[in-house]
Amino acid sequence: MSGFFKSSIGRKVAMALSAFFLMIFLLQHFVINLLSVFSADAFNEASHFMGTNPLIQFVMQPILIFGVVFHFVMGFVLEIKNKKARQVSYVSNNGNANSTWMSRNMIYSGAAILAFIVLHFIDFWIPEINHKYIAFLPEDPTRYFGELHHKFENPIRVGAYVIAFVFLALHLLHGFTSAFQSVGATAGRKKTMKDIGKAYAILIPLGFIFIALYHHLNH
Amino acid sequence: MNLTLKIWRQKDSKSKGQMVDYKVSDISEHMSFLEMMDVLNEQLVAKGEEPVAFDHDCREGICGMCSMYINGEAHGPDRGVTTCQLHMRMFKDGDTITIEPFRAAAFPVIKDLVVDRTSFDRIQQAGGYISVNTSGNTQDANAIPISKHAADEAMDAATCIGCGACVATCKNSSAMLFVGAKVSQYALLPQGQVEAADRVRNMVAQMDLEGFGNCTNTGACEIECPKGISLENIARMNRELLKASF
Repeated sequence: MSGFFKSSIGRKVAMALSAFFLMIFLLQHFVINLLSVFSADAFNEASHFMGTNPLIQFVMQPILIFGVVFHFVMGFVLEIKNKKARQVSYVSNNGNANSTWMSRNMIYSGAAILAFIVLHFIDFWIPEINHKYIAFLPEDPTRYFGELHHKFENPIRVGAYVIAFVFLALHLLHGFTSAFQSVGATAGRKKTMKDIGKAYAILIPLGFIFIALYHHLNH
Repeated sequence: MNLTLKIWRQKDSKSKGQMVDYKVSDISEHMSFLEMMDVLNEQLVAKGEEPVAFDHDCREGICGMCSMYINGEAHGPDRGVTTCQLHMRMFKDGDTITIEPFRAAAFPVIKDLVVDRTSFDRIQQAGGYISVNTSGNTQDANAIPISKHAADEAMDAATCIGCGACVATCKNSSAMLFVGAKVSQYALLPQGQVEAADRVRNMVAQMDLEGFGNCTNTGACEIECPKGISLENIARMNRELLKASF
C-alpha cells in the first residue's frame, strides 16, 4: 500500500482524493453562503453551527486545512517532477491543437487560487479564530450575516473575489473530470460526467461571485 | 511546392544542438513527409553536407519508428497518422515547417531527429507479455470464451505501435498512454489476467524509473496518437494498479 502512493499513479490518485474532498467542501461552503441571499437568520444559524460544532471545528477543520495544504504542495511537487521529465523544450509547440488551455495551466490557476486562499485566511479565517479561541469574545449567534455583508462593502475585496473565482472555474473545468479519470473512473470521460463537471465548474464559482456582488450592491 | 525547413541538428548525444534552416523546392503534394526529407538529404549529400538523421523503417504506419515533431505536433498536423503517412498536401507552397526530435528526458537525442526509445523496451520487458508455460495439458486458447467487447477493446489497445508520440506530445512527458495500452491489452483477456497484478506493478515501477513525467489528463496523447489509443486505457491501468496494491 505504501508502495502504491510512492508510484506516479498513486500520487495522481492522492491528488484526486484531495480534490474530491475540496470539491465537497466547496459545495457546502457555497450552500451556506447562498443562504445569506435568502435569509439572514438561516445564514446565521448555519454559520453558528459550523463555527461552534466541535466535530466541525476540531475534526473537519484540521482535515480541511491538511487537504488544502496537501493538494497544493503535491501539485507543486508533481509540476517540478514533470518539468524535469523534459529538460529541453520544443522550439515550436502547438498545445492548442490537442488540449485545452485549462488542462495545460492547472499550476497557474492553482497558484492564483492559493493566493486567494491566503488572502481569505487573513481576511476571514484568522479574525474568526481570534474571535473564538484567542480573544475569547462572547459568541453572538446573530453576528455572522452582518460580518459577511460588511466584508463585501469594499470594491477591491469584491474585485479580488471575482478574479479568484474566475481562476477557480478555469481550474475546475479541467480538474473535476480529471480527478475522476485519475481514480480510474471510466465515467470521467463520458459525456454525462463531462457535463456535470462543466456545470459544477461554472455554476459554483458563478454563484460565489453572485453572492459577493449581491451583498456589495445592497449596501 | 517550395518550402523552408527549420530542422534540429545535433551531432551526437553529447553535443549541443540547434535549429538550422534549409530550403527545398519542387516538392510534390503527393509525397509523404519522409520522401520530402529524402529529397532534402539527396540535396545535402550532393552538396557534400551531412544528411539529416531520422528514424524510419516500414513507411506504412505500422512499425512505430518515425518520430518527428512537426510544427509543434507529434507526427505533424494530420490525425491518426504517423510521420511516414503524413502527406505534403497538408502544407502549402511557401510554408515554413519546424521539425524537431521527440523531446523527453527518457528519450535522449542520439543524433539530429533520432531519439533513443529503448526506455519503452525496458517497460515492455518488465511485464508486457504473458508467460506461456506449457505443462502438457495447456488449454487451447481458442477454447476460452472471450466476449466480443473485451476482444475489441484488447485489440484496440494492442494497436499501439510504441512510437512515443504520447510522450512527445504530453506536457509532462508522461508514458501513461503507452503503458496503459500495454497493461490493458493483457488485462482484458483471460490469458493475461493470471499475471495482471505483477504486470501492472512492474511496468509502472519501470515507467517511473525511466524518468517519465506524471499524467495530468490533458488528453493530448489521445489526440496525437497515430493509432487512436483511448485515454480509457490510462483509467484502466489506474484501476489495475489500485486492484494490485490493496
